[in-house]
Amino acid sequence: MTSQGLLKTEAMVEQLELMGCIQCGKCTGGCPVARKTELNIRSLIYQMLVEPELDVDTHPELWDCTCCFTCVERCPKDVRPADLIIGLRGQLVESGRVPDTIGDALMGIFRQGNPTGIAREDRAAWAKGMEIKAAQEGCEVLFFVGCTPAYDPRVQGVTRALVRAFAAAGLDFGTLGTEESCCGNEVRRMGEAGLFEMLVEENGELIRSVGASRLVAPSPHCFNTFKNEYNLDGIQVLHYTQLVAELIEQGRLKLTQEVKKTVTYHDPCFLGKQNHIFDEPRAVLKAIPGLKLVEMDRSRERSLCCEGGGGRMWAEGTNLQERLAFQRVREAAETGAEILAVACPFCLLTLEDAVKVQGLDHSLQVMDIMELVDLALG
Amino acid sequence: MRKDWVMEAEPRIGVYICHCGVNIAANVDVEQVAQFAATLPGVVVSRNYLYMCSDPGQGLIQQDIQQHGLNRVVVASCSPRMHEPTFRGAAQQVGMNPYLVEMANIREQCSWVHSNREQATEKAKALVASTVAKAAQLEPLEEREVGVTPGAVVIGGGIAGMCAALDVADAGFPVYLVEQSDRLGGRLKDLNCTFPTLEPVAGLLGPLIERIQNHPQVTVFLDSRVTGVEGYVGNFEVQVTPALTPDPSPPPHSPPPAGGQGGGEVVQSTNIEVGSIIVATGYDVFDPHRKPELGYGQYANVITSLEMEQRLLEGSVAVDGRQPERVAFIKCVGSRDVQIGNPYCSRVCCMVTAKQARLVRELLPESDVTVFFMDVRTFGKGAEEFYDEARGKGVLYRRGNVSEIYRRGERVVLAGEDTLQGRSFEFEADLVVLAVGMEARSDVGELSTLLKLPRSADGFFLELHPKLRPVDTAVNGVFLAGCCQGPKDIVDTVAQAKAAAASALIPLIRGTVPAESATAVVEPELCAGCGMCVEVCPFGAPALDPLWGVSRINYVLCKGCGTCAVTCPSKAIRLQHFTASQILAQVDALVEW
Amino acid sequence: MEVGGWRSNEMRNSCTTFPKAGSLREGPASRVPPSRKLGAFGKVRPAALVIGGGIAGIQAALDIADAGFPVYLVEREPSVGGRMAQLDKTFPTLDCSACILTPKMVDVGRHPNIELMTYSEVVAVTPPSPPLTGGGERGRFRVQVRRKPRYVDVSKCTGCGSCAAACRMKGRVLNRFDEGIAKRSAIYVPFPQAVPLKYTVDPTACLYLSRGTCGKTFLCKDACAAGAIDFEQQEEMVDLEVGAIIVATGFDLLDARLKPEFGYGVYPEVMTGMEFERLSSASGPTMGKIAVNGKEPKDVVFIKCVGSRERRREQAAPGSVPYCSRVCCMYTAKHAHLVRDKLPDARITVFYMDVRAFGKGYEEFYDRVKHERVMYRRGEPSEVYRRGERGDQGGRLVVLAEDTMLGKPVEVEADLVVLANAVVPRTDMADVAGLLGLERSPDGFFQEAHPKLRPVDTCVDGIFLAGCCQGPKDIPDTVAHAKAAAASALGVLVRHSSSTHSSSTHSSSTHSPGGRPT
Repeated sequence: MTSQGLLKTEAMVEQLELMGCIQCGKCTGGCPVARKTELNIRSLIYQMLVEPELDVDTHPELWDCTCCFTCVERCPKDVRPADLIIGLRGQLVESGRVPDTIGDALMGIFRQGNPTGIAREDRAAWAKGMEIKAAQEGCEVLFFVGCTPAYDPRVQGVTRALVRAFAAAGLDFGTLGTEESCCGNEVRRMGEAGLFEMLVEENGELIRSVGASRLVAPSPHCFNTFKNEYNLDGIQVLHYTQLVAELIEQGRLKLTQEVKKTVTYHDPCFLGKQNHIFDEPRAVLKAIPGLKLVEMDRSRERSLCCEGGGGRMWAEGTNLQERLAFQRVREAAETGAEILAVACPFCLLTLEDAVKVQGLDHSLQVMDIMELVDLALG
Repeated sequence: MRKDWVMEAEPRIGVYICHCGVNIAANVDVEQVAQFAATLPGVVVSRNYLYMCSDPGQGLIQQDIQQHGLNRVVVASCSPRMHEPTFRGAAQQVGMNPYLVEMANIREQCSWVHSNREQATEKAKALVASTVAKAAQLEPLEEREVGVTPGAVVIGGGIAGMCAALDVADAGFPVYLVEQSDRLGGRLKDLNCTFPTLEPVAGLLGPLIERIQNHPQVTVFLDSRVTGVEGYVGNFEVQVTPALTPDPSPPPHSPPPAGGQGGGEVVQSTNIEVGSIIVATGYDVFDPHRKPELGYGQYANVITSLEMEQRLLEGSVAVDGRQPERVAFIKCVGSRDVQIGNPYCSRVCCMVTAKQARLVRELLPESDVTVFFMDVRTFGKGAEEFYDEARGKGVLYRRGNVSEIYRRGERVVLAGEDTLQGRSFEFEADLVVLAVGMEARSDVGELSTLLKLPRSADGFFLELHPKLRPVDTAVNGVFLAGCCQGPKDIVDTVAQAKAAAASALIPLIRGTVPAESATAVVEPELCAGCGMCVEVCPFGAPALDPLWGVSRINYVLCKGCGTCAVTCPSKAIRLQHFTASQILAQVDALVEW
Repeated sequence: MEVGGWRSNEMRNSCTTFPKAGSLREGPASRVPPSRKLGAFGKVRPAALVIGGGIAGIQAALDIADAGFPVYLVEREPSVGGRMAQLDKTFPTLDCSACILTPKMVDVGRHPNIELMTYSEVVAVTPPSPPLTGGGERGRFRVQVRRKPRYVDVSKCTGCGSCAAACRMKGRVLNRFDEGIAKRSAIYVPFPQAVPLKYTVDPTACLYLSRGTCGKTFLCKDACAAGAIDFEQQEEMVDLEVGAIIVATGFDLLDARLKPEFGYGVYPEVMTGMEFERLSSASGPTMGKIAVNGKEPKDVVFIKCVGSRERRREQAAPGSVPYCSRVCCMYTAKHAHLVRDKLPDARITVFYMDVRAFGKGYEEFYDRVKHERVMYRRGEPSEVYRRGERGDQGGRLVVLAEDTMLGKPVEVEADLVVLANAVVPRTDMADVAGLLGLERSPDGFFQEAHPKLRPVDTCVDGIFLAGCCQGPKDIPDTVAHAKAAAASALGVLVRHSSSTHSSSTHSSSTHSPGGRPT
């Protein structure tokens, strides 16, 4: 890239095989943010194809993408449009042209192993008072906590609920404590390929050294990257809903307390759309006695992205229109549900925020599935 | 020529090196090769020429055979798949047994794959030497023909099957039309009208079905399937079995099952002997449940194009009792989609959509009708004009493949991008029609195994050559008609069905088919009757003679693959034209090179 | 072993006589009475006539002949092969066109049941009376064929080419087979794999035939070792009786000069798709090298829909046809691939309105071509002009279009522009229609009896259509259509086989039928 931010398009077009694109528009058509920002991924692909150079600086809307990967899921010609966004972000990152908040998050991950920048030593603070095996001693299931479930006060409750459930089920599990670093899923999607590679190497070595046969993560983001982008051959990677569903089915987790609530479930993009895990979270909810599950119209493959992914947790973005999370909680409210259940820490934070800001918190509560399971365990 | 005379005489071999224009000559020094060939044992004449397959080229061979008394011919040129019949025919015309001609492939296997001229020339010489060595060992083989049972079976009673059946029947041969459902007409009977003339399908189909039912040469088996196929081209035995659910009043025109009227007991099959088989089994429709983001099955206002045909046939497109104000058509659902596994185009949907969109506009002049497309493939006769008229009647075409559909109140919302505006949209509609594509039928697995029919990558039946043999298959005597070979509209289906009839008629009218001469033969004195050849043959050609205890090979079923010959522990089987001595001669020549 | 490759003795005996070994050459074709009937050929079993020797005519003829009926295949050019012989490679398999076609041409040339009459035209057709469908009566068409004089005795010509090499007009006559981008002599074969491979003198180009003298001596005659050249040769009229006729007269391509906005005929860098085929063909004028003005092009632009899909208010806008020409999307993709194959670094752009890749394997081929970095840009170009001062031949061509995806006009420079000009009915459609009593569709092609259910029948019983004379088609659809016509014809011929023959006498013929093409 030249100093003016001009990218020579040819190499990236070849690398990403953009030539297969027939400009059908399904990507932009399904893009949840396209309707409210300047982001038009189809048009970007086309410009990459026809122009010898692209001025990446003139596309601040690149930071609007949530990496929900709807475009990748729907493209009829197997082109991966979102990879272009990540590639272009990479160009910006390399030359240091990133929004400040994103830069801070990346720096935090680099220095302290987490985007908040809080000290690494405090990573295990959420577990205070709980007896949890150190995975390094050897365990069957490695419980990879993740940054947000470790550091965010709202989400720490979910993490603790998980620990209680695993213990109740007699699972042989352990955590990596303060040795754990950010999984890097968001790092990669923010375009910081170098940092991502470093994290893959370090975390990968650490994980492999534990010798566990299974790895479970509470965040679909961590789950996604471990499953699809790390090399963890021989280790079965699970999202917690899959493991909990299994434990319930095996009878190891007994849900006895009634939770008489009407609940609707929001499919997280990184769990549902990208990894096609729709049924296990629903199985868990349905196993809770007294719980009534209703579906939103836009569920499963059409779940509306909460706008938490792709670095959006730390990015201001270019568009100041209403966050998609606001629309989503309204959709949830329309079903008559009292609880909007989620299975992702980012969804939890963004949707809860949206509920509060819109003043819906008297009728709608956002809870992680695990919190409901916790109630049902008694 | 008498076999023994040929074998006793010294081989007198003519070698012809073809330039093939520049195809061979550019990379191989053909003159050098010809000069070299002249030095080989048994070679009496060695020439090189620009195009051996041309008339003068063949004339050279014929002249030499007569003037030099050649008894073997080697042509070094392109692949035998191109011109083996040509050179064999040329020899035969002047009285030489065609199996005394052998070819060396110095094009596809030499000049076309190498760039170093010196090395390519040496390789060509080696190939020629090897082929000359084989040629010296060639024997004349008997040309045989087999009689043909007059008659054809047509599998499938849709428009393809019916048109093919009529052409064969009109030529005076009995046709047995096997249809697995309880009526003729196939998918067409569910359609309203056809493009571009907009005539009702019933008007087309009715007379056709009547002709079939009244044709003295056509016998229709309804509710029946083909459950067995034995034999070979010209001599098939096809077993037709009625469906298991007994029908107390069998449908008209189906013969009573042998063994008495059906009543739920034993189902009797019928065995039919015919010379040709035409497969016209049609297609399946893509199930849009496989694209859950389009909401089919979830919303009553999202339907398929076939369901739309039904509604147009009934004369009403109302949704929940209300006439739709905004109707949207989405094309390419399940087609041109690598993700789904159907990368191909289903060929008819652009015209079907244009037709339906136009009809909706005519039915509901106040309605908004929009077609969402990636391309508009209106390529047939009158099709582009039809597309023009649809737009003229107010159908709006918007370029953009709809990404998902969700509900808003009573309506649904189509989320997509208008690629010409460069803006994404949310388009509200009362009725959405998905132009679902065609797929290969899922229930023809048994049939394709019975007939040994291969499939193309897209799942449809594979034709013998995609350009020049669109209805023939790898199995002699079995032909394809209609959509079972690939998506097509009515016009192309009818043309192809008639094409299949032409291919099917050739052996029927001739009364004979040629049988392959290069088949395997058992030497009975050496055969121990172990039966291993019977086990390994993929074509069921060998059989143990119960009286003598030796294997005999049916030369018509035999394809000359050689599996039996290499399996036989007693070395009792010779594969003619590829005998051990011939092949070893080739190998020796190459090794000594 | 394909049916049609070689016949067994038994088969041949049952329908026609065949030349005995040693009697390969016919008797002289010259000096016969002006009109004569052919011999036993066509008398034992009713014959079919196929008008046109392109792939459609060839396929139809082979099917009918393989079934055992005699076929007269009449072709106006000196060789069969038609348009397909001009092609380089065929989509989507990229088979070499001549390679898959020549076996069929050779087949047709040596088929014992096919009487190949090249360089001949049908000049009169009398329908049978009573009509064919009348019960049991012998209904044969009476056809008169003019066999144009080649001025070469085909029984002597060996196809050696010495005459052409010696001809005074060598390198000065535009070669129509090469779409006029190469030149030949006045005595010629259209292409090296011609069937029959016999030379023909072009009467408009030959100095002697057109002007009365060719220098002091005939250079061609002097060069011919076989003494085959005979300027006294006369045309010959032949009468045939056939039971069915198949029309396979093919198509023409729109004269691209009728679309002046693209500069065809003005700029040497602008050519038609068929000219590109000849350029790309290994046996073409440049042996397959793609070069314009002697240089390899760096930027190649393909423009589709030149003349097709145009509705104009003026009734007779000569450069416009309202229908889709059906084959151009695919052959343009193929051309783009061929350019990429030969010029790996070229920038290739295809301008389109739609991409009609509808057939088996076509969409996949389109995908493949795009992956080869052929840039498809949506927008029908409006014009082509030369950038630079007036008369500045050094300026590059510029293609002006709107890129409808970008939503703005673009100018793309080009060293080579290839136009996909429309497939149009042959200029003599009206004559042929009049000859046979056929009707024409609004688009100018021959009208089939019913647009859905009877794609090959015509309004005249016993006359059928095959191939592009009924409408544009690609090769697989043409072959299927031709076979369909054969099926219909076979139905007629089979019914006529069973009817009694009248016992008219026939003059003995010096012409031995079947087996050798002439």
